[in-house]
Amino acid sequence: MLRILHQIFRTGIVTEPLPPAEETEIEVIGVRLEEAIKRYFRRSLTIREIDAGSCNGCELEIHALNNPIYNCERFGIHFTASPRFADILLVTGPVSINMEIALIRTYNATPNPKFVIAVGDCGYNGGIFGESYASLGGIGKIIPVDVYIHGCPPKPADILNGILKSIEDSRPT
Amino acid sequence: MNVLIQITTSILGSDARQDNSQYPATMPLYQIPKERFAEAAKSMKTAGARLVAEWATDETSFGKGFGIYVCYAKDSEYLIVKTYTPLNDPTFPSLTKKFVPAYRFERQMRSLMGVVPLEHPDSRPWIKHEDWPENVYPLRKSFDASKPIPRVKGEYQWIRAEGEGVYEIPVGPVHAGIIEPGHFRFQAVGEDVINLEEKLGYVHKGIEKRFESISWEDGAKLAGRVSGDSTVAHALCYSHAVESMTGCNPHGRALWLRALMLERERIANHLGDIGAICNDAAFAFMLYQLTILKEKLLRTNLKIFGHRFMMDKIIPGGTSVDINKDAKKEILAEMDWLTNEFERLVTIYDENPSLEDRVRDTGILPPEKAKELCVVGFVARASGQEMDCRILSPFPPYDRIVPKMTVLGSGDVHARGWVRVEEVRDSIRLIREILNSLPEGKIREGFTPPSPDKSGFAIVEGWRGEIVYWVQSCPKGGINRCMVRDPSTVNWIALEEAIHGNIVPDFPLCNKSFNQSYSGHDL
Ligand code: SF4
Repeated sequence: MLRILHQIFRTGIVTEPLPPAEETEIEVIGVRLEEAIKRYFRRSLTIREIDAGSCNGCELEIHALNNPIYNCERFGIHFTASPRFADILLVTGPVSINMEIALIRTYNATPNPKFVIAVGDCGYNGGIFGESYASLGGIGKIIPVDVYIHGCPPKPADILNGILKSIEDSRPT
Repeated sequence: MNVLIQITTSILGSDARQDNSQYPATMPLYQIPKERFAEAAKSMKTAGARLVAEWATDETSFGKGFGIYVCYAKDSEYLIVKTYTPLNDPTFPSLTKKFVPAYRFERQMRSLMGVVPLEHPDSRPWIKHEDWPENVYPLRKSFDASKPIPRVKGEYQWIRAEGEGVYEIPVGPVHAGIIEPGHFRFQAVGEDVINLEEKLGYVHKGIEKRFESISWEDGAKLAGRVSGDSTVAHALCYSHAVESMTGCNPHGRALWLRALMLERERIANHLGDIGAICNDAAFAFMLYQLTILKEKLLRTNLKIFGHRFMMDKIIPGGTSVDINKDAKKEILAEMDWLTNEFERLVTIYDENPSLEDRVRDTGILPPEKAKELCVVGFVARASGQEMDCRILSPFPPYDRIVPKMTVLGSGDVHARGWVRVEEVRDSIRLIREILNSLPEGKIREGFTPPSPDKSGFAIVEGWRGEIVYWVQSCPKGGINRCMVRDPSTVNWIALEEAIHGNIVPDFPLCNKSFNQSYSGHDL
């Protein structure tokens, strides 16, 4: 137990040892993000992540938002297990034929107002997997998408940026 | 001499003919008559070999029928056995009763290529879902892959358990966390799981078919996206297979840089997974601590290699990135820092009785089962199986810097975690050795695409375990078939075994300790 406490104090707040450029970027995103969240979602933004056919690369970067360095919860953002509580759907991958129905169901189960953010080049147009018998292409072919975040995979800071864009560009419907 | 060849040729005599279009010479291919396919499998089983992969090809463009291939391995030796089946009778003898992993391989061959394994105990589709029309076979050359498959009505027949108090829990495909999709169906009595059945294929995006319409160079990019967490290992394995067909030998420096990236990928994934295991045992502290270390490594990757996961850095003919002296110093310093931080956390893991209580004796995969299921990688090593193709079938530089193999016998969550702790330690050592002996030279050789009518095979030990590629060129050049076997393809079924008799709330913990790839399996 002592060792754990010691390690916690030793680690401290890990945002400090970040490289300065990246830190500023995140802070800027963070502050603007927080304002938007206050305005529309009363300080709490709940995200449901859906892998609609990704290679798992995008998931790794979305995961990273939860690590202590990006620590997205400090901005009021958190990930939920149920689409019923979600404000935002963060969707990755080209939509695979076998995930199409699950994706539509999850979308329908999410209450309004809702935003859809497609993450990664695959989510934009199917990426390297293209359109085929099994890959239906970008997320927008199946459900309405508000924002696309490019990259293969996009970096965690880009994903936070995209979430911000989603809230500022489109009013909840 | 390869023992597997000796056995095959002594039993089959002149019925077994070596195919000279297969490369490299150390991974030979023998063609045998269909009637003797099962007999050959039996002799492999008796010899103690494991089934590595089984797949089918459409060889109509060669003026032939369907090729049925099976790869066996014993210790460091590999052997591919092939037979033909005509277009008008696309059947072959099932090997499922001899080798358990054939069970899913053959369901998949039937579903996607339309070749029927005779006497296979299960006629349900695999990868192909119940709402696909029965007669679409995407891997056949006659199939038009440009349009989505139309949907039909259909229902998957789950295995049922009946009896007093038995109930069913369906989970997925969309899971609670940020993870890939798949469906699990548990039958439980009270808290105890009596059966688990997996249904996968949700992220099937037609990768193997896609290979057939892209260039040899783009193949490395696609291979690097079979499973995003193993991008280095997959791109490397693909490149090895293709290079073996062309006789292209990348320069020493490229080989060492590839190994450097492979070990960095191993460390990053192991760190994240050890943390995730602890988190599922309600010890979130470790997850947060270890993800900080992982994040630092990824940032270094970005700075030095230009990508956090090092995607597209391994190409046929070498690497697309070099490192300079400063980068070398930086990585060496990072390894010192990492050792220090990691060891501190390992001590905490080791001294935590509540964690130990959750991870020990949970989700046991006994060694006999592991052998029977032909599992690979850390899952196999945690269940007493000695295998690591970096050691048993080393490619340079692993012939010079021998990795250390950690094998444990308990087969529980702890063992699968601890094998990875040891592997992080060893990968740090390997990275130091690589950097200290990195030869000077070019990082890429000119790559000329393979000539027609050849095939190449390769294995690479990624962080999950042995990855296998078998690539075949068309009579007109281009890729005729690219068979991808991620470790997950054989390892997923072991989770069904390991969960027996555990309680439902321990499933996430067991699953995390396996952490197999959905995308790598579904393709
Ligand atoms: S965008 Fe790249 S990382 Fe994301 S799912 Fe597609 S291939 Fe994988």
